[in-house]
Amino acid sequence: MATFFGEVVVAPSRAGLDEEEEAREETPEDREIRREIEKKRYRRRGRLRLELRSGGCAEELLVCSRFIVAIGRNAAAFLSSFILDSVCWEVVGVVKLWNEWCRTSSTTNVLPTDSFCLFYRLISDPTVLLCQCSCYVAEDQQFQWLEKVFGSMQKKGLQVTILSTCPVADYKTQESTLTLVSPFLKALKTKEFQEQVCCPLLEQPNIVRDLPAA
Amino acid sequence: MFIPCDRGGGSAAPDFKGFTLLMPAVSVGNVGQLAIDLVISTLDMAKVGYFYTDCLVPMVGNNPYATAEENSMELSINAEVYSLPSKKLVVLQIRSPFIKNKYRPFCETLLTWVKSSKCARVVLLSSSHAYQRDDEQLLGTPLRYLLTPDLEKALGGRMKELNWKEMEKVAAYPGISNTDKVLHIPGGGITKLLFTESCSEGIQMAVLLKFCSEGDNIPDAFVLVNYLNEWLQLIKSEVSTSNNSTDPSSQWKIPSSWRLLFGNGLPPALF
Repeated sequence: MATFFGEVVVAPSRAGLDEEEEAREETPEDREIRREIEKKRYRRRGRLRLELRSGGCAEELLVCSRFIVAIGRNAAAFLSSFILDSVCWEVVGVVKLWNEWCRTSSTTNVLPTDSFCLFYRLISDPTVLLCQCSCYVAEDQQFQWLEKVFGSMQKKGLQVTILSTCPVADYKTQESTLTLVSPFLKALKTKEFQEQVCCPLLEQPNIVRDLPAA
Repeated sequence: MFIPCDRGGGSAAPDFKGFTLLMPAVSVGNVGQLAIDLVISTLDMAKVGYFYTDCLVPMVGNNPYATAEENSMELSINAEVYSLPSKKLVVLQIRSPFIKNKYRPFCETLLTWVKSSKCARVVLLSSSHAYQRDDEQLLGTPLRYLLTPDLEKALGGRMKELNWKEMEKVAAYPGISNTDKVLHIPGGGITKLLFTESCSEGIQMAVLLKFCSEGDNIPDAFVLVNYLNEWLQLIKSEVSTSNNSTDPSSQWKIPSSWRLLFGNGLPPALF
């Protein structure tokens, strides 16, 4: 595509970059940077790890009937403000991960919110688990996160509730979003979920992506 | 990779032996994906399963082909499979971009599934950057096709009968004569990889692509799906009595999820 100044540039595409375009556009410097980032990801946190506080054996599974996940800072803050307290809930595990979006620069000064997802268990009913995930889980870590977390659960009639937030500006509607009363709730549910949902369902063409979708 | 929908009653997994697998490449303008949406929506295809894969960005929403309140609440994710046994057609729809470095694993897993489910052939709908055309490609039809050797043998001269144009190979080093000609599909996503892998694995695959640019790609989708229809005859092209031409565009049903493709309504205060 020719620009105003007469140079030719690659037009950005919704379809993303072709694999061969990616490889061709990478200079030796880019390649070096990418390799260093990959090494750093692996060195800092290895592969994504789920550590259980009980220090039990690797095969130990958490029995779970209700799992509430809060993804993003707003949802995590909601749980901290209204649900969690040290009397009724205890920490049972943590998922550690690192990616380039974490703001810390050295391994010794990692902020918990930057790279940890904390898991809590209701003391009065240990099959109720809660997870606060306010760190950013990159695209290529989301699948691993799921497999690790759900792989560590012994599911007993499991019901999962995912709490998340999206900007109002991203909401697609016939009217302008300026006239919408916000914040507002929308829900998505699987057909197996038979209970009453507390808010309207998310209409097409709106979608959810990233970790909440995964 | 393929997880069949639970139909209840212990029904067996769907059988795709001898079926044509129709699928899109995530490519410039998302034309292949839009065309697939038209096929699924018009033929009212039933969902039979999905792909469980870590190669695509996760997404979820409600039924994009909903026609009424009752059928609008089914969840839909990034890679789903629909089937129409009466036409021996199985369709894969991909709804999100590939994760970096995951093109190859996806192609390999997909082709393994194609072989194990014994699909007869694969038809890939794709697109390529219009601005990368050479002088000759600027003239004439913007539509091209490619066939793997196995499908070329099976089809005989069908493409000649349809008067279709094969995708040209370009010089590996433009400007230098006497170099090898290679296949180059800029903006085509996994098209070239999937095609070359299919050639070497002996899979019958056809690629149908259109040269286009990013923008309002709905007309491109109609052109591509009509091109597909010339060959596969998925819907009947009725002759229009008023101008005596066959224009099946009006017979493709636009899905309800195509609303608001270019943003919300305008704030009244703007005026």
